[in-house]
Amino acid sequence: MSFLFWLCAVIAILTGIGVVASRHPVHSVVGLIVNFSALAVLFLTLSGEFLAMIQIIIYAGAILVLFLFVIAILTAGNRAVESAPSRLEFQAVPSIVAGLAALTLLAAGIRETRPAAAITSPPPEGFGLVATFGRSLLTTNLFAFEVTGFVLLVAVIGVIVMAGRPAVRS
Amino acid sequence: MTHVPEWLLTVVIKSAVLIFIVVTAFAYLMLAERKMLGWFQMRVGPTWCGPWGLLQPAADAVKLVLKEDLTPADADRFLYKVAPALAVLTALLAYAVIPFGFYPDGHPIAIASPNVGILFLLAAGSIGVYGIALGGWSSQSKWPLLGSIRSTAQMISYELAMGLAIVPVVMLAGTTNLAGIVAAQARHHLWYAVPLFVPFVIYGITALAETNRAPFDLPEAETELVAGFHTEYSSLRFGTFFVAEYVNMITVCSIQTLLFLGGGDGPWVERLPWLSVVWFLVKVAVLLFTMIWWRATLPRLRYDRLMAFGWKVLLPVAALNLLIVAGIVAAGGPRG
Repeated sequence: MSFLFWLCAVIAILTGIGVVASRHPVHSVVGLIVNFSALAVLFLTLSGEFLAMIQIIIYAGAILVLFLFVIAILTAGNRAVESAPSRLEFQAVPSIVAGLAALTLLAAGIRETRPAAAITSPPPEGFGLVATFGRSLLTTNLFAFEVTGFVLLVAVIGVIVMAGRPAVRS
Repeated sequence: MTHVPEWLLTVVIKSAVLIFIVVTAFAYLMLAERKMLGWFQMRVGPTWCGPWGLLQPAADAVKLVLKEDLTPADADRFLYKVAPALAVLTALLAYAVIPFGFYPDGHPIAIASPNVGILFLLAAGSIGVYGIALGGWSSQSKWPLLGSIRSTAQMISYELAMGLAIVPVVMLAGTTNLAGIVAAQARHHLWYAVPLFVPFVIYGITALAETNRAPFDLPEAETELVAGFHTEYSSLRFGTFFVAEYVNMITVCSIQTLLFLGGGDGPWVERLPWLSVVWFLVKVAVLLFTMIWWRATLPRLRYDRLMAFGWKVLLPVAALNLLIVAGIVAAGGPRG
């Protein structure tokens, strides 16, 4: 299990860097697909079966296919999109500061957790199963679930309003 | 010799055997299709290689291996080479969870039988589009790009209706475990194709679209796009795409058998458990035959009609049917 964790962790980090560093958006999307798949395997090692499958179906499957669809249409040529030197160099200093801040938060969080307790206690009965997940979603977390659904509905209506608007006549 | 866990060894051996069986099945499915299309069109089909043309797949394989493996000058080399492998990998992935029958002690004959079996199949199907999408894009020429974009849009659109057609099965069976779904049908003495006839038909239609089979073979429509997403591919890489398509055909027919036709369930299974494998294969073969039959019968759809059919007919019908089944189950109907 430990070997699997390290394998997936390394793959996830490397592909994560690849997503940011690659010069072509299609390569970024491919990196993200592998990254999400590695995350799904990590969920599996934590007994999160349902979450792992949803991660693949929704994120690696549906959302990134749409990314790829749009990018493939926009970048039919094989030239690197960012061939010129970056025009966003002023972002370097703020992003390094923000990155260091996030790293500090992460380190603090890791120091606060007690890994031994997390590993020794087995997950509760039925943890991560579809039935348990569904029950929790429709009872304990019903409000958050419905609010998320409502937000998505707003987005869908927004898309229809914006895409369906008749062209302005000149 | 380093220590290898026994379960890992078992899984590797089972997988290797299964891959061999599936790839052989692919070869003869292709021959069967050519034969049957011949008969449908009053021809004889391949007859020259071996008795009744039985060695035709071997001849095809030799021909493909000996051809030159071309890469277009402008292609994105890495993705161009990876795409066919990705296609066949995602196609074979599904066989990790498909139960082909039952051992005498009632355990499913499968590499793994996870609780989320049906979700695993949906996941494998949803990443199956990348082989075609990336293969078409990385070729960097017009027809493959159009083919890959068509295929992406088509697969996303029909995946939704497919998902909605599967949910009623899960609701009636009360489990997402594939062996559990088969067992539930055997327990009720009722194959779900009967009470869930509408999802059964919707699944069949979307399965044709997901495997890019006629009448939904627009990603490789040869009258419009030369050969669609695999126009630039030759030799074994072309062959790999071919393997992926036919393996996917066997996969969707296997899933349809498991979900709607009771999997390995059939007469005399209680007395002779091994018969379940035979029943399973017979059902899959019948479904494969109907897939080939559709190809011989129906003309290719126009692209806008394909999209309109998926979004304006299949999806609403599947959603309505889902609500009705959910209502019946919630009102205390059959469950589990």
